[in-house]
Amino acid sequence: MKVLVPVKRVVDYNVKVRVKSDNTGVDIANVKMSMNPFDEIAVEEAVRLKEKGLVTEVIAVSCGVAQCQETLRTAMAIGADRAILVETDVELQPLAVAKLLKALVDKEQPSLIILGKQAIDDDANQTGQMLAALADLPQATNASKVELAADKVHVTREIDGGLETLALSLPAVITTDLRLNEPRYVTLPNIMKAKKKQLDTVKPEDLGVDVTPRLKTLKVTEPAKRGAGVKVADVAALVEKLKNEAKVI
Amino acid sequence: MSVLVIAEHDNASIKGATLNTVTAAVACGGDVHVLVAGHNAGAAAQAAAQIAGVAKVIHADAASLAHGLAENVAAQVLAIAGNYSHILFAATASGKNVAPRVAAKLDVAQISDITKVVSQDTFERPIYAGNAIATVQSSDSVKVITVRTTGFDAAAATGGSAAVETAAAAADAGKSSYVGSEIAKNDRPELTAAKIIVSGGRALGSAEKFNEVITPLADKLGAAIGASRAAVDAGYAPNDLQVGQTGKIVAPQLYIAAGISGAIQHLAGMKDSKVIVAINKDPEAPIFSVADYGLEADLFTAVPELVKAL
Repeated sequence: MKVLVPVKRVVDYNVKVRVKSDNTGVDIANVKMSMNPFDEIAVEEAVRLKEKGLVTEVIAVSCGVAQCQETLRTAMAIGADRAILVETDVELQPLAVAKLLKALVDKEQPSLIILGKQAIDDDANQTGQMLAALADLPQATNASKVELAADKVHVTREIDGGLETLALSLPAVITTDLRLNEPRYVTLPNIMKAKKKQLDTVKPEDLGVDVTPRLKTLKVTEPAKRGAGVKVADVAALVEKLKNEAKVI
Repeated sequence: MSVLVIAEHDNASIKGATLNTVTAAVACGGDVHVLVAGHNAGAAAQAAAQIAGVAKVIHADAASLAHGLAENVAAQVLAIAGNYSHILFAATASGKNVAPRVAAKLDVAQISDITKVVSQDTFERPIYAGNAIATVQSSDSVKVITVRTTGFDAAAATGGSAAVETAAAAADAGKSSYVGSEIAKNDRPELTAAKIIVSGGRALGSAEKFNEVITPLADKLGAAIGASRAAVDAGYAPNDLQVGQTGKIVAPQLYIAAGISGAIQHLAGMKDSKVIVAINKDPEAPIFSVADYGLEADLFTAVPELVKAL
């Protein structure tokens, strides 16, 4: 059984991004980039399924600029067997990525596709669901537990009031939530080994996909700043402020 | 031109998030219709008809719609999508699950988590964990949108008198099935709708301490309880209490953060609260940069004192 794991190169989650002064976007020149945290969880889950003997091959995929190769090397250092980069300089929106992935799903015929639930840059939370729709596959989003059987997968999902378990027929699309697993640290020997693994590059045109953005970003601004707060000396002062100044209790 | 809102409900009543979504729908312009898809959901459809501003309720009822499976609900929405210029979902777990599926089938981009309707085709939405606000314009013929509920006031749940129309239910896709669920028991106000939230972080040290310290304060204030990711990961509080970029987005009147450092990912979920109070013994904690009132103190003494003083 093959698993396809799409991964995204994003601004590292610890970086506090700044909005550009001309309001055209956020300044991502010279900031640290990493694999989207939810995607690391997706790769880890695929590799664990392989280690359990339930999966034979894990293929990592990334769509974007040439530097996404680094992200794919990281995925292979975690344990993915090979990688595919769909290289383009065009800004990719979730619908375009879902179409590129659909083309790869048609080609590779994986039994399972595991994605992160959302990327921490655009915070869209769309790609997995869109891929499932385009490929006409069942979906389980926000997974916190995955149990693979012969022709079905049981997925426990995090929903607003608690947890919900679904059974999906394979092939299926799963998106990961934080609670699914704790990704392993990559070791130096595995980083060296990952350099020798196969990484193929294709273009959107090769897959016959039009990636033109559908949404136009008119401007990007800073969120409204909060007024400066005050420090209070003790609990009594806090209660007094909340009652008389803020009037919230 | 009409706008379709996909109702979130438990078959008997309409959930609060739908009321905020109706307000966003009214801002998009045109008649607002509400789809109630479920099983034995007649009561929910009647409740939807009472919402002020709703012109029509479409009720689809079938066993296959019982648990809100994305495949079946999306098919139901697509069956009637042809009549609408805008299709709106609340940005809740279920809305986020279904909306992109509908958008992809219609071959349109989806606009996630909007906080403002600028015009019929232009919307504001936060990106990078709320550290930037993007204004985006859609050129698609149908706008599929999820609505951040804290960005819009709730529509009045009564005062409307919409007609309820029955629609044929879409066929069961048959590729997924519901096995079971485990819903956390909770008699407090719902986290995303609460006026006051008391949140605890890693500093509480254990699940027992979390309950011992946070619960009395929440009880006293009639507040919902929230938690940081650190507290959830350590098992001090259940997952569905997590506030942040990957948990719930809240904007109560009063948010009390006790023993929470204030990482970017946590702030993303609560920095639109009206008044923020931070109780932390580390004067350098980033939470103090967004707090209206900061109390530099050990929460194990300060919180019980606060309970006593209220």
